[in-house]
Amino acid sequence: MTVAQFFQEGALSVDQWQHVEALARSLNPAQARWISGYFAGLDAGLLRGGAVEAVPETAPQGRTLTILYGTETGNARDLGKALAEAAAERGLSPRLSDLADYKVRQLKDEEDILFIVSTYGEGDPPRPSIGFFEFLEGRRAPQLANLRFAVLSLGDSTYEKYCEAGKRIDRRLEELGAARLHERVDCDIDYEEPAAAWSGAIVDLLAAELAAAAAPAFPVPSAVPVPATAPAHDKRNPFAATLLENILIVGRHSTKETRHLELDISGSGLAYEPGDALGIAAANDPVVVAQLLDATGLDGGATVLVKGESVALAEALERRFEIAIASPRFVDSWAKYSGASELERLRGEEAAAERVAFLRDHHIVDIIRRFPVGGVDAGSLLAGLRPLQPRLYSIASSLTAMPDEAHLTLAPVRFRLHGEARNGVASALLADRLQPGDILPVYVQHNPHFSLPKDDAPIIMIGAGTGVAPYRGFLQEREATGAGGRSWLFFGERNFRSDFLYQAEWQEWLKRGTLGRMDVAFSRDTGEKVYVQHRMLEQAKDLYAWLEEGAHLYVCGDAIALAPDVHETLIRIVAEQAGGGREAAADYVRDLAAAHRYQRDVY
Amino acid sequence: MSDTIDRSADISQPLDRLGPDERLKYDSDYLRGRIDEGLLDRITGGVRFEENKLMKFHGIYQQDDRDIRDERRRQKLEPAITFMVRVRLPGGVCTPAQWLKIDDLARAHGGETIRLTARQTFQFHWVVKEEIRPTIQGLHEVLLDTIAACGDDARGVMSTANPADSVRHAEVAALAKTLSDHVIPRTGAYHEIWYGKERVATSEEEEPFYGRTYLPRKFKIGFVIPPSNDIDLYTQDLGFIAIGGPGGIEGFNVAIGGGMGRSDQDPATYARLADVVGYIPKDRLIAAADAVMGVQRDYGNRAERSRARFKYTVDDKGLDFVKAEIERRMGTPFEPVRPFALDSNGDAIGWRETESGCFNLTLYVESGRVANRPDRPLMDGLRALAKVHKGAFRLTPNQNLIVADIAPEDRPAIEAILAAHHIEEGGGASALRRNAIACVALPTCPLAMAEAERYLPELATKIETILAQNGLTDEPITMRISGCPNGCSRPYVAEIALTGRAPGKYNLWLGGGFHGERLNRVVLDNAGEAAILDTLEQTLGNYARERAPGEHFGDFLHRSGFFAGEEAR
Repeated sequence: MTVAQFFQEGALSVDQWQHVEALARSLNPAQARWISGYFAGLDAGLLRGGAVEAVPETAPQGRTLTILYGTETGNARDLGKALAEAAAERGLSPRLSDLADYKVRQLKDEEDILFIVSTYGEGDPPRPSIGFFEFLEGRRAPQLANLRFAVLSLGDSTYEKYCEAGKRIDRRLEELGAARLHERVDCDIDYEEPAAAWSGAIVDLLAAELAAAAAPAFPVPSAVPVPATAPAHDKRNPFAATLLENILIVGRHSTKETRHLELDISGSGLAYEPGDALGIAAANDPVVVAQLLDATGLDGGATVLVKGESVALAEALERRFEIAIASPRFVDSWAKYSGASELERLRGEEAAAERVAFLRDHHIVDIIRRFPVGGVDAGSLLAGLRPLQPRLYSIASSLTAMPDEAHLTLAPVRFRLHGEARNGVASALLADRLQPGDILPVYVQHNPHFSLPKDDAPIIMIGAGTGVAPYRGFLQEREATGAGGRSWLFFGERNFRSDFLYQAEWQEWLKRGTLGRMDVAFSRDTGEKVYVQHRMLEQAKDLYAWLEEGAHLYVCGDAIALAPDVHETLIRIVAEQAGGGREAAADYVRDLAAAHRYQRDVY
Repeated sequence: MSDTIDRSADISQPLDRLGPDERLKYDSDYLRGRIDEGLLDRITGGVRFEENKLMKFHGIYQQDDRDIRDERRRQKLEPAITFMVRVRLPGGVCTPAQWLKIDDLARAHGGETIRLTARQTFQFHWVVKEEIRPTIQGLHEVLLDTIAACGDDARGVMSTANPADSVRHAEVAALAKTLSDHVIPRTGAYHEIWYGKERVATSEEEEPFYGRTYLPRKFKIGFVIPPSNDIDLYTQDLGFIAIGGPGGIEGFNVAIGGGMGRSDQDPATYARLADVVGYIPKDRLIAAADAVMGVQRDYGNRAERSRARFKYTVDDKGLDFVKAEIERRMGTPFEPVRPFALDSNGDAIGWRETESGCFNLTLYVESGRVANRPDRPLMDGLRALAKVHKGAFRLTPNQNLIVADIAPEDRPAIEAILAAHHIEEGGGASALRRNAIACVALPTCPLAMAEAERYLPELATKIETILAQNGLTDEPITMRISGCPNGCSRPYVAEIALTGRAPGKYNLWLGGGFHGERLNRVVLDNAGEAAILDTLEQTLGNYARERAPGEHFGDFLHRSGFFAGEEAR
């Protein structure tokens, strides 16, 4: 059925169609499947209720409601979606949008906005949302006396500027004259319960207002829409994937330890797009559990209660809590418990910098060893611990090319502290303990802000180290689907001979034309340290020409060592090539980001 | 006569009727190709197929560490590609200053090892792509190059290393150098690519002798000074046998059409001993070389590469035709062959006084491998020696090293350096080992089908046990191992030879002439070590019991009827 036919039948108004179209453009395939299930369920519900005529011509009288989320990993989006559904169930008509896609000019016309915003790094907003923050915090932001709002901020209390992005919105809207619907709630990585409480309270409040204001009640469909193909496995219900391959892919004499993993996800229903991440629910290293039990003198066999469930302490420490890196929350908790004055002092606001340094040098076990407490009880230990979080890794394969598989590229985190080897949670599990055939709990974390263009636009991929992983997925996808579009890869690592990750595959793609160009920088082969940004500068003219021809540019890799330098280089290249000065170049790059043509996946 | 000569596969034919290598050479713009670009390609440590072929003419071979080829494949990495760089060293003679530079370059770029080859030159292995230029430029500083050390051209020219009289050696070595300089390609490509020289526009023919397509295949030239046959004269495409008395060289007997290489499982390919066709006076040397190479250039098989060596041209066109064509091109007929006698193709290890009162020291170097081992820092020792030595070094065709022209008063200093580095002149090696040659083979040679250099010590130990049981420990027997049938260690003239077929599997050949005058014959096909040792135990046992006084092992097998009933190939 063509769009024109659809209009003739009068099924959708032009306005409605525009909404559908706008929505369709923003959807990834998994979302599209979900939506189609949603409408199928909605349709079934309406038919059963005989309420075909009940589709309202206009929304009931009341204030507009917009739910905006800012996300990089998708948690805030998931919460936003749940909130929108809950609100719709109660007769409200929320509009849901990513801050990255939100037209800031609409802000002055908004009545109620609910924000769900994650914080990254040192208090930074999600990268795709930076444009919104710049507008809101800039001089052009309008007075918002008519606006009511509420903020749910997500963060990680291991970082000093905890939930800062949410705090910034909350603070700024108040300055602009807006009124709070609800106090801001800051959530740590175990955000589910506080987030649900915040959402519930707000929906209750708005639904009550609506009921009071609206004379004609909105006809609630008698059946709750049932997504037809809701993903069976997610963060809370990971799939038990079988490890197919787990090998070191750096050559002899490498200074790196990069591994390639292949996982069997057949039968999981897990669907991912190139650029998505795989969440791995890794258990802690039993060695670390033993160290903790040893330091506290606790019995691993003792039963403890975790979220209403009785489990052995050792089991709880292995599978339920973060037990390596300490958070300010643990300092708080252990300071109270041990009564150690030094810890007590570190709790204060003025000791923030010192606390950061202390936490860098002291894992949980180090704090316990340094400030021992006689006769520790398990509950007091667990009170300071945060729930164990899955680890996210960019997927290095394409589901189209590798049906039923997900590949990962992993550089284990290893360092020494207080004379002991310390490893990242997933690192140690994947690098040291798991063999092919073993089971690993995984789920897919969609990353719509790092995806191939829908059309055959040229792509420029910039990655260092394991940051090259998603590009392997990109090229596998383009090859498998026969998609056109030119491609150019910049790759950086330490040594050519040992660290040229997936070298043989890039060579093959170059030969076949799937990959059009490749520039590499190896920083430790010669006396001069060469990085990807140097190669970008060497190719400045062509790189700018590609951007002018509509290329999408991707950056993946280290957030500190790679992304800022690449960003600066990009501005420099545009400034030199366009000749419009640095400010104009910065605008150019900002516009690229706003048009989703400059996407970053950095960690 | 030429009416009857088949010209359907030679240079007279259009390119599309010849093998693909001919087109490649023709299109290469005199060996330039895209080598420059290939060196700059950062995506691979190697070069494209075409550039690899062309770089051979520049003395460079792309190789990879075959020990870790499979490991790298699993790691999704390309093979561990490095290059072998072979020096052109006519007659195997070098100065101490050149030795020191070779040592420097090997330490900087060549995996801290030098290989002395069976054709009297240095090979660097493990050279990565971006270090080829520094290596070649370093050689240039001491007036050495790698031109035509490989490729379809005249390779390095050999010359007997250790004659009793050093006067004749000096004269022949100088002629080898003159001839080598004469027969190498003239293209400016080498200077442009490796030294960074600008290309000079000229109306002159860039390769007046070779033309665009060079030779059909490699071409090997060597000089012997009887009675030594250390260079294995009969295995050369073109051999010169020096004739003359103590007063100097008068001329040369000319031998043509020798060659070792065979292709695995291809009976149309075979080893062939050179024919001695006549004598030329010394002043006809260059003319003779031009004539012989000219015949091969014009009549050699360019359609089928495995049949492109000069030995097949001689057999296919007929020795009479080839000889007549050479004479026509020389402008003078060959004179009758002068009498000569060869007695051995081995080296005499140890100190030897020359007629001029100086000393030559021949050091045994196992498989030509110069490296530092914890118990025997040979590389360091030779470096120390080169710093004080006032004479020359000579690399022998048996992969050994002669420290030549040591004045009597300098001998104690040389001996002290050797002692300090635990270097014995014979390396503690048995007669068997001293007369053994192994090619490089695994892990670097791309052609190798089985081990050679790395296997020789282990195999020699086992054969030594058999020799000891039969009281043959001090009997010189030539033994050679090649990792493939191509035969870089000249196996087909050895008394005992192994040529690789597969990992741990070899063809066993017996009965070659002690001084390289007779080809051996295959005795076991695709055999493992146990079968090889069984056969050796049996034949060497018979030899010990039944040999005539002074009779060599190969000769004994023929006399005793070991090959009875077999027809000579």
